[in-house]
Parts: sequence; structure tokens; C-alpha cells
Amino acid sequence: MNPLKEPQRGMTVIVKTIAKFVVPPIILFGIYIVLHGHLTPGGGFAGGVIVGSAFILLTLAFGKEVAFQKLKRSTASVLESVGALIFLSLALLGIAAGGWFFLNFLPKGHPLRILSAGFIPLANIGIGIKVGAGIFAVFLTLIVFRVSAKK
Amino acid sequence: MWQVYALAILMIVGSLVAVHTRYLLSAVISLAVVGLALCVAFLYLQAPDCAITQIVVEVLALIILIRATGVERDMSEIKNRKEIFAYEAIGIFIIAFAFFAFRALSYLPEFGHPVMKVSQEYIRKGLEQTGAANLVTSVLLDFRAYDTLGEATVLFTAILGAIVVLREVGRKKK
Amino acid sequence: MLFFLSFVVFLIGLYCVATRKNLLKIVMGIVIMEYAVNFFLILLGYRMGGVAPIVTEGVKEAKFVDPLPQAMVLTSIVISIATLAFIVAICIRIYQRYHTFDVTEIRRLKG
Repeated sequence: MNPLKEPQRGMTVIVKTIAKFVVPPIILFGIYIVLHGHLTPGGGFAGGVIVGSAFILLTLAFGKEVAFQKLKRSTASVLESVGALIFLSLALLGIAAGGWFFLNFLPKGHPLRILSAGFIPLANIGIGIKVGAGIFAVFLTLIVFRVSAKK
Repeated sequence: MWQVYALAILMIVGSLVAVHTRYLLSAVISLAVVGLALCVAFLYLQAPDCAITQIVVEVLALIILIRATGVERDMSEIKNRKEIFAYEAIGIFIIAFAFFAFRALSYLPEFGHPVMKVSQEYIRKGLEQTGAANLVTSVLLDFRAYDTLGEATVLFTAILGAIVVLREVGRKKK
Repeated sequence: MLFFLSFVVFLIGLYCVATRKNLLKIVMGIVIMEYAVNFFLILLGYRMGGVAPIVTEGVKEAKFVDPLPQAMVLTSIVISIATLAFIVAICIRIYQRYHTFDVTEIRRLKG
């Protein structure tokens, strides 16, 4: 059974059980990658794509109805815009703080701690929300669309 | 560095198979081989950020391309009809392109010894000026944040375009 | 030599785009070219015996590889997935309109 052709029903019970156990750690790992972006490899782009792919796994395993209960497509679009606005408003706050566009206005803190590097963790969170929600929205659009197969 | 050479040769073989195989599904899977070899090559070339992003994006690209190939009922290759002069013209174009590009390759710095005029400053002052231990993030979000803003705009536009092209609401029924 | 190999991958992608008749094969050629360009940029930034550009406790003055191409390639990878989705969306619309992926067929029907 091809889940890409039958998006309503989802896959077999084996895949559903495994997905139930695997999806929460994947989301947790994605959030870890986003929050530690300024200390370890990763950052907003990688972590956002990981969180988005966890939701895509949910869609493939359980069918689109269950995934829609968790996160609607309109909500995903709104979240993408919110991420972009977070990033842009951080850039504009640099001007408000009496500097220039993209001024790192927050205190730097002690290096190699999680509360350091000024506004970079906040920008990472914005980018992560934007990328994850955007990838999930475009995937839902591609999956839900049905092609009329008749000639 | 022999691992990177081996991975590059694997990439060449994978892309040749992807170009020449008869079935579209095999072509998509060979393409995934190219992407995963690229991911491991990133690790050997000391670029872990790119490796993390590449492996996730590769899986997503695989899913999207399988969705596209699943549209067609028979997944075999369309027969290539012979067109006069088409292959000759393409051959001449690729040879000319390759000639000038290989000329340009000889002007590049030697492998392993890059010109690092700007990056020296980033490496020396990155930690004290931004406080971020990951220098790639400090370049991405502080020194060159304008590039990231432009990238976010391109991403937004591409996703908007995909949603608009596949939209059902507001289209006239045929 | 590694530059040469990445360039060969690029040429294979170009050959695929130029000669194939299937629309999806053309998309795959574009993806191969993207991979080749990303590989080339990372190769340009590599330094013999360098380590990844991440400052850790204790190691302050290590020999780092160039962080600038890595940051640019990171954005390029994410853009490539979004544009791939866009291209595939257009391909699906074309299939719905013409019921074929054959490029010559589409050209003929268009007139």
C-alpha cells in the first residue's frame, strides 16, 4: 500500500507503533539542536528541518487527518510568518537600541554557556520556527493535492 | 584524504546511474546515494553543520521526488527519439564549457590552502565579538545576517509559490 | 584533483538536463548540479589538517577551516529543498494539464 497515493488511511500498525515511539525524541532532538546552535554544530536551519521532518513522519505514518489535528496547514503558514517576523523584529530592535540594523544589542554573557552570544539564540529560534513550519506546509500541499489520473 | 576521493567517485557513479537508468524510482534512489555520499564527505571535510542539514534535507528531497514519480502509473523512462544534430550540438557545448572551466580551475588556490582574508578576522575575533562558540553560526547570524535575511525571503517566496501553484480554492472547474 | 571530480559531477548534471526528455529527469539533473556546487564550495574552504570551526573548552587557538563557505552552503542547502518543492509542484500541474512528462510532447501540444 502506497501511503503517498492514499493519504487518508496511513500505514500498517508496525509503522504506527514505531512512529509513536520515535517522533517525540526526534522533536526533542530538533529543539536541542536549535537551542544549542551557538555552541555545537547545528542551528536554526538544521533544527527547524528536523522538527519539520518529525511532523512529516507523523503525516506519512498516521495519515493526514491525525497530523491535521496536531498542526493545521493554516497554522503552519502562520507559524512561518511568525518566525520571519521574529527575525526581522530582532534586526529592527538593533536600530531601536541606538545602533544599526542587525546590531547584537543584548549582553554577550560568558562564552561557552547557553545564555551567551547576545541575540543569536533568539534569532536561531525564529529561523527554526520559520524553516520547520515552511517545510511542513509545503509538504502538506504536495501530499494533499490529488492528481486526476484519467486521460 | 583518500576517503573524500572515494566519496567523490561514488558521487560520480551514482549520478551516472541516475542519469542512465530506465526506471524513475531507481533514478531517485541513485540520487539519494549521491546526496548521502555528499553528507559523509561534508563530515570528512570538517563541516558538521552542513552535514546535519544535508542528511535531513536529502531524506525530504527523496520523499518529494517519490511523490512526483508516483504520479505516473508506469515509472519507466520515456523513449528518447533520435533528433538530428541534437546530441552533436550538446556534445560540442559541453566540451567547450568543460575546456573553459578547466582553464579556470588552474587559477584556483591549491586544495587545502585556501585564501582566508576575511575569514582570518572572523576566526580571530568571532568569539569575543559575538560570544558564540560555533563560528559558522556567528558568521551566519551576526557578521553576515543580511545574507540570512535574503535567504529567509527566498525560502518564503518559494514556499508561497508552491502553495499558490497547487491551490484548489478559487480555481475554475474545467 | 578533487575540484576536478566535483566539476565532473556538475558536467553530468548538465548532460542530464540537456539530453533527457523526461521532465523529472531534468529536475534530477538540476539537483545533481546543486550537489556539485555545494561540494565545490566546501572543498574551497578546506584547510589541510584543519578542524571544524567550533571553539571548545581549552582549545582556543586551533587551526580552523574556513567558516564562510560553510555558512553560505548551509543557506544554499535549505533554499535548494524549497525550490525543489516549487519545481515539483509545477511539474505536477503540467502533468495534470497534459497527462505526460515528455518534454517534446508538451512542446508539441503547446503549438
